[in-house]
Amino acid sequence: MSNQIEKYRRSFLSEVEANVEEGDMVKMCMQCGVCSGSCPMQNHWEHPPQEIFMMIRAGKREEVLSSSSMWMCTSCYNCIARCPRGLPITHIMHGLATYAKRLGLVPKEQPTAKFGQMFWDNLSKKGRVNELKLGLALYFMNGIGPGIKKSLEMQDVGMGMMKTGRMNPMEILGGHSIKDTAGFSKMLAKAFEIEEGNIKNNG
Amino acid sequence: MAKREYSFYPGCSSQSGASSINYLRSTQTVCSELDIQLNEIPDWNCCAASIGYAGGGELPRISLSARNIALSQQAHGQQDIVATCAACWLATREAKERIEGHAKIRSGIDAALGEIGLKVESQMPKTRHFVEVLMEDVGLEEIGSKVKKPLAGLKIAGYVGCQTNRPFGIAGESFENPMYLDKMTAALGAEPVEKYEKKASCCGGALMFSEPEKSQALVKDIIEAAYDGGADMIVTPCPVCQMNVEVYQNHINKRFGTKFNIPVVYYTTLMSVAFGKSAKEAALDGQMIRAARLEEIAGK
Repeated sequence: MSNQIEKYRRSFLSEVEANVEEGDMVKMCMQCGVCSGSCPMQNHWEHPPQEIFMMIRAGKREEVLSSSSMWMCTSCYNCIARCPRGLPITHIMHGLATYAKRLGLVPKEQPTAKFGQMFWDNLSKKGRVNELKLGLALYFMNGIGPGIKKSLEMQDVGMGMMKTGRMNPMEILGGHSIKDTAGFSKMLAKAFEIEEGNIKNNG
Repeated sequence: MAKREYSFYPGCSSQSGASSINYLRSTQTVCSELDIQLNEIPDWNCCAASIGYAGGGELPRISLSARNIALSQQAHGQQDIVATCAACWLATREAKERIEGHAKIRSGIDAALGEIGLKVESQMPKTRHFVEVLMEDVGLEEIGSKVKKPLAGLKIAGYVGCQTNRPFGIAGESFENPMYLDKMTAALGAEPVEKYEKKASCCGGALMFSEPEKSQALVKDIIEAAYDGGADMIVTPCPVCQMNVEVYQNHINKRFGTKFNIPVVYYTTLMSVAFGKSAKEAALDGQMIRAARLEEIAGK
């Protein structure tokens, strides 16, 4: 990793262009701010998207990658729909978030980063999401005590979902699965290997 | 043979005992009435939805949809892939776009699928939302002609949300004010809320789980705007919108001192009731906030 930092020391923009999903579009931003005005989470950003883009060009590597900003993205695609320069902002935010995660720069306890990883782990086990296990993992992500408190708080939702047939307690015993889980894991392993390899080569 | 046939990608939330099984049940009712056959993709997997990027990055995430596309091609040839879930639809369309548009993604996907003897054939089928099937292939006229119990006297806020609307959207619709849901409810005899200002606003999506305070504030505005428009209920085409807007109303009431209690139904439930189907066929038993007015019509 130190290699990578050295290589891109003078240009965080090239690092983003090489390693971040759709990162080559960052330079297209003209700082109009329509993205920020369109974002449902606009009040919660440490740095709104157009600011992030300017910070990338200004080489503010640490500030960008260790920011919680990208994790505010709800994937509503409003910014993409409205951007006059056609930047795929949603994807760039996802890409920056993932890249920061790879480098271990995500703020500790960032809830969406944690939940996103839980979601991925959940789906990659059996090829399909197990909603019950995902929900429980989420409630208990900060330990047993807070988990019990959260579960009690969410009891009405859980009971309601069960009563209407939209949650099945038996899913805890295994639940839905694809048939070819072995092949599925092999495919994912290969995809990860290629993606990691590309980033290493860039660095 | 059915009048129309498609390859079908139901998605995780439509599995039995999952959060939008009621969506699947009412979709099946609508399909049998309109003579649509949905051929499930054998052994389909999750699409990674909108939050899978965090663990899946780019290529592994896209490989999920690529596997579904390859399996669909293998089993159902060039049949359009139809998804009822907004995220499934979006992810599959996005994967097709990336595989076609980026040589590097294409070669990565070829290698990953090659590990398991699968291949995305170069001519990938179109991926369409079930709403597109209804609006484009069936058409409002045919839908209207099937109405046995018009939903007269009901005022309905059409909550389109994000992902059935952006970035791809339904052809001919605007991102800012899509009209298809309103046209659909009108064809069923109900009155759509005009100028529903939160129609295409975000419910928080997956952040309802990780950032509940922030997301519930968004949903509060969506529900408030529906009440402001005089709505008796909200209709939506998206499983995440449906769940986020329906099931946390108690929590929102506690947090904001509101008194919300408004049913949130799928368009397929509305259609099933208007087509004269039973409450069960319309999956009205899947409502956590009961849609009493629809139950009444279905029971008549």
